[in-house]
Amino acid sequence: MKESPTSTSDVTIKELETRGIQVRKIEKEVYEVFIGPQHPGSGHMRIIVRLDGDIIAEADPDIGYVHRTMEKLSEVREWLKPIPLLERMTIIDACNITVPYVNALEKLMDKAPPPRASYLRVLLCEINRVASHLYGFGIFGVFLGHSTAYMWAFGDREVFVELAEILTGARLTHTYPIPGGVRRDMPQDFPEMARRAVKYMRRRLIEYQRIFLDNPVIVKRLEGVGVISKSLAAELGIVGPNVRGSGIKYDVRLIEPYEVYDELEFEIPVYEEGDALARTWVRVEEIKQSLNIIEQAVDWLERHKGELILSKDDYDKLPKLHKEIYEKTGRVKLLPVHASMKIPAGKAVARGEAGRGEIFYYVESDGGTIPYRVRVVTPSARNAIVFKYIVPGHKLMDLPAIYGSIDYFPPESDR
Amino acid sequence: MKGSSIDRVYVGNLNIAARRARDLLLGKLKLGEIVDWATTFSLWPVHLMTSCCGAEFAATWSPRFDAEQYGALPWVGPRQTNFIVIEGTVTRKMACALRITYEQMPNPKFVIAMGACALDGGLFYNSYNIVRPWEVVPVDIYIPGCPPPPEALARAILELRKKIREKNIASKWLIEGWRNDRDYVSPKEDVCRWWRP
Amino acid sequence: MVEALSLDNIINSIKLNLEGLVKSISISKGYIEVVVDASHIVEAALKLKSMGYDHVKSITTIDYPKESKIRVVYHASSYINEDLAKTIIGLTADIPRDNPVIDSLSQVWRSVEFQEREVYEFFGVIFREHPDLRPLLIIPELAEKKVLRKDFIVKEESIYEGIPHKY
Repeated sequence: MKESPTSTSDVTIKELETRGIQVRKIEKEVYEVFIGPQHPGSGHMRIIVRLDGDIIAEADPDIGYVHRTMEKLSEVREWLKPIPLLERMTIIDACNITVPYVNALEKLMDKAPPPRASYLRVLLCEINRVASHLYGFGIFGVFLGHSTAYMWAFGDREVFVELAEILTGARLTHTYPIPGGVRRDMPQDFPEMARRAVKYMRRRLIEYQRIFLDNPVIVKRLEGVGVISKSLAAELGIVGPNVRGSGIKYDVRLIEPYEVYDELEFEIPVYEEGDALARTWVRVEEIKQSLNIIEQAVDWLERHKGELILSKDDYDKLPKLHKEIYEKTGRVKLLPVHASMKIPAGKAVARGEAGRGEIFYYVESDGGTIPYRVRVVTPSARNAIVFKYIVPGHKLMDLPAIYGSIDYFPPESDR
Repeated sequence: MKGSSIDRVYVGNLNIAARRARDLLLGKLKLGEIVDWATTFSLWPVHLMTSCCGAEFAATWSPRFDAEQYGALPWVGPRQTNFIVIEGTVTRKMACALRITYEQMPNPKFVIAMGACALDGGLFYNSYNIVRPWEVVPVDIYIPGCPPPPEALARAILELRKKIREKNIASKWLIEGWRNDRDYVSPKEDVCRWWRP
Repeated sequence: MVEALSLDNIINSIKLNLEGLVKSISISKGYIEVVVDASHIVEAALKLKSMGYDHVKSITTIDYPKESKIRVVYHASSYINEDLAKTIIGLTADIPRDNPVIDSLSQVWRSVEFQEREVYEFFGVIFREHPDLRPLLIIPELAEKKVLRKDFIVKEESIYEGIPHKY
């Protein structure tokens, strides 16, 4: 069995020294520091750090401060009610988190959404992805002590949060996809607003690169810090822009395309170095690709007006009053029978690519009105292992740099 | 200012002199209003993120809504701040951190409970892992919403300021040493009993 | 979606590599289910790792009180091998409900370490030879109650509230 990186047996010391890595024994006084939930650099978790001088010997993440028992609560509510429940895990990225759950239900029911509904889902997913990356960038600025990055990122994020509000009616908690389609159609003047937002963000990204990413102070702080090699990334099972910054080209939109991602043209940025700066660059490049996808989606939606946003057999069952409301306002009013819909027995697995990585759902049904088991593994839950294996060996002030660069979000990790 | 009031203040014992000066300034000369006015313009929240409403808390101090114009600056340590915003759900593990932070803050201190989860559990009302925040710390202002928009949080800060100035909370605390306008709350059971030293 | 041809190829190669250990193998919606016996799970995992499956996405545990068993599923996939990256294998084992003990797979796949701690605190499943088995998300007092099992009741919110379940 391979030893953990901080053990001191003779075999591993010789092995490491032949590779040119310095090895030093820990001195007698190792003291514990609790970087607790009330700290500007810790988020909603506690990191128990054992220090030897200035070098971290061990870092133990104490998570669970925001554990809100989503899996147990999904077992006592009907099939549609977990959708607003599950999106509060990552409230800033809500559409990306709920679309795979709805896909799993559609697999069990053998239903497919119409193309216009798929494009609307993809549009909202990409708007949320840009907003989520900008949120991560802003919080990274707070951890490094760079409040200008926080102000700029949050100010630009408001543009996309407002776009989402015009499309769905709520700033953060959209509850947009339902099994069979989406809940609301796009307003008439939305494409023009989306194009203006995209043009504005492209201009701003050039300034971001000049001021933040090419800044020698930030480069000195992030270059070579928290290096994750390609084989270690595959072995630890980390996800998202962290694994794309270490040289592995893995994105669920490419490997197992869901919704209409196989009809859209976009690239997947991959960097080889594996340090914190590479991961930040991956996120900035992903924002650029998301802006391309938003433009393509909005073009398609403008060309194909007047199509259904709910699946055909559901639409045929709506009574006359509901069909009139749909024609006039573009809103879908579900029948009360949807509250107690039964899904045939079976098991399904669905996954999607959220802002922070790959999210995985396992849904099992026994033919009733409430789920038998909903298992969700979020990207931040899989990234938590970085604290235990990558952080030791660095100085204490590198901990916020590594934490911010992997974009770990505790409410998502604790579910 | 001549007269017997100064002679009554100037006594040999420093403690008694300080107390008499305080009663004179705050009671008779109405310096209390200036103390209350100054407190309302320096309400600094502490950096404690409890749950997902923290995203709207962060957005309230962003350039679009800018709550710093009300004098509220989020600061790092509980010993130098005087108010807490409880954003969202308080789980059992977080209740311990919340109580310890609240006890470390200097008086007079205030609490705003933000979001539906802080009112009565919100969406997670039947979960086994959450705690009602009004059983752990005494709350002044409640904000409904899930999540409440940043304008609602800014409005809550303004309501808190109105409450401080109308009820003279800060100056009365200086005179009496106790907040009489609401009950003192302490948790019924030890919220930190899961803690291993 | 993956074409049926390559799925059959993968199923055949699994049957070849894991001969004797597999009890049943079937295609579910989104993953390939491979059922093995609980005592052979480390061997089967080593053979899957040599085929190229290098990380585990999730450990799903389902409680069946009627059949008095707990089912543990390891959903594994691959990063480095590009053909195998499109599929998910569900390595399944059943353990008895009143004595839930199973061998830990943390020596084979390092990515399961934190998720096994989660399964331990929610279901009470003990993983032998896990380096650090203690509760991860909830306080130890709640972990003793084994909260995610079907006999821990949480107030229900459905329209059929009050009608007892037939679990």
